[in-house]
Amino acid sequence: MQHIIKAVVLGAIVLAAAFATNFARDLSYQVSAIIIILWAGILFIREIGKIGNAPAPAETGYMDGVVRAGVIATVAWGITGFSVGAWIAFQLAFPSMNLSELTNGYLNFGRLRPLHTSAVIFAFGGNALIATSFYVVQRTSAARLFGGNLAWFVFWGYQLFIVLAAFSYVLGASQSREYAEPEWYIDIWLTIVWVAYLIVFAGTIYKRKEPHIYVANWFYLAFIITIAMLHIVNNLAVPVSIFGSKSVSLFSGVQDAMTQWWYGHNAVGFFLTAGFLGMMYYFVPKQADRPVFSYKLSIVHFWALIFLYIWAGPHHLHYTALPDWAQTLGMVMSIILWMPSWGGMINGLMTLSGAWDKLRTDPVLRIMVVSIAFYGMSTFEGPMMAIKAVNSLSHYTDWTIGHVHSGALGWNGMITFGALYFLTPKLWGRERLYSLKLVNYHFWLATIGIVLYASSMWVSGIMEGLMWREVDAQGFLVNSFADTVVAKFALLVTRGTGGLFYLTGALIMAYNLRMTMIGAGAATPKQATTAVPAE
Amino acid sequence: MYTILRELADSWFMLMMFTFFIGVIIFAFRPGTKKSYDHLRNLPLQDDDVLVEDKSGEK
Repeated sequence: MQHIIKAVVLGAIVLAAAFATNFARDLSYQVSAIIIILWAGILFIREIGKIGNAPAPAETGYMDGVVRAGVIATVAWGITGFSVGAWIAFQLAFPSMNLSELTNGYLNFGRLRPLHTSAVIFAFGGNALIATSFYVVQRTSAARLFGGNLAWFVFWGYQLFIVLAAFSYVLGASQSREYAEPEWYIDIWLTIVWVAYLIVFAGTIYKRKEPHIYVANWFYLAFIITIAMLHIVNNLAVPVSIFGSKSVSLFSGVQDAMTQWWYGHNAVGFFLTAGFLGMMYYFVPKQADRPVFSYKLSIVHFWALIFLYIWAGPHHLHYTALPDWAQTLGMVMSIILWMPSWGGMINGLMTLSGAWDKLRTDPVLRIMVVSIAFYGMSTFEGPMMAIKAVNSLSHYTDWTIGHVHSGALGWNGMITFGALYFLTPKLWGRERLYSLKLVNYHFWLATIGIVLYASSMWVSGIMEGLMWREVDAQGFLVNSFADTVVAKFALLVTRGTGGLFYLTGALIMAYNLRMTMIGAGAATPKQATTAVPAE
Repeated sequence: MYTILRELADSWFMLMMFTFFIGVIIFAFRPGTKKSYDHLRNLPLQDDDVLVEDKSGEK
């Protein structure tokens, strides 16, 4: 009966999407509708095949199939996102790589850039967060994931969101809101998936066998709830037509800008910080085999982070039409953020106290420690750049890009790599990783890549900032914009090279993890006792 | 929208958030937490291969 209901719903979705394809007012919307037809169509056929089957016996044990799928998706999207990133980095140095003649502008920097940011933040980072949160919440709650196949809905629904978003950017549909580019119908779909995610996660916590909730779950929960709130408020918009991509924001002028950066900064604060801190609080103690340094500190820095991050958004709008008091508030709150950020960093690093010798022998732990170090560095740099006087030099320059990447490549990327190296042998029932030597190569390639990236962007950004503000004795600007573009050519090439280093490291990781999964070399299957649930 | 937010920021709401935050810190440092914190700190380090409820038959 359940299969019949599902098949009817899916059939209705296929039909509705077919109507939408027919009446579509723009190409992006039409392509989205076709993707939905394919997605719902495949599921429809699967459900039809299941009609009449006896209901499957309830499965027990940890639900790890969806986590395994998440690990694979994280690696695949990561490689995609890093590749697009390296490509567009070289587009800036060599504009002919836009291939404008050949592709009619479809692969211009302006369209590929949101593809890159969404692929790395939401596809790579998002899949990593969903997969690790499902793993961590089960282990620390001693309970199977709540809601049965709802977790699989979250996984596949999220992949559909990513594919729809990616196509829409290249085909020219965008809300032009940074990190929130998807148009209204993709936003609605993400909201549905996100609510399901919250139900699975919170439900698992609710049915936990442990008396307490481990701190990692607090961070994951804060991430899920806050992202839901940010996503809904920032995307309040009215579609022009139900059969078209275009929508109009409910906000206008400076309110619109402030809403966008309230969202944008808290996407950094809750997606890229709180969520990944959840990862840190589980995987670093696991890998080091030491408990968290201070549990009290983790509580205090959790609440401080939650209360403070929300106010820091205005620092993205210094010297704009935003009222002065709001700019100052954003600046002051950003500086106060130093404290919880460094509280978290100290807690993560000091977890290794008494186990520092492990850094010599364990390259996975080394990756995690570098990740925490970059978290400390970028959360030092961020508040500094939020100071109005510094911002007047740094804003709109490459310095901002360098700052973002020291956080994203250093902190988010590295902690995810660490978690993937930890999870893969566990989830596929292997004794150990295929090759620690390859992990070491990955570590050095990634670290050198980040250093090349960040340092070239510092030089480029400060140079740009100084050139833009340089005036002669009569008060005229000395440099044109094109002068700054010419001046930073070598630095742009260095940045792209850093990206290639980082990408190469990730490719080595993908190979290493793949060999671990198939049980090659040293990654022999684990002895007896542990039964991996077949899913 | 602006008026509501301004009203909140200027009034009891601001004070409530601040009090809540201070309360959380005091709560974290209250005496007698050592046992539960030690338990929580070591929570991830426990065996994580098999769910506890179906462990009995296998080990």
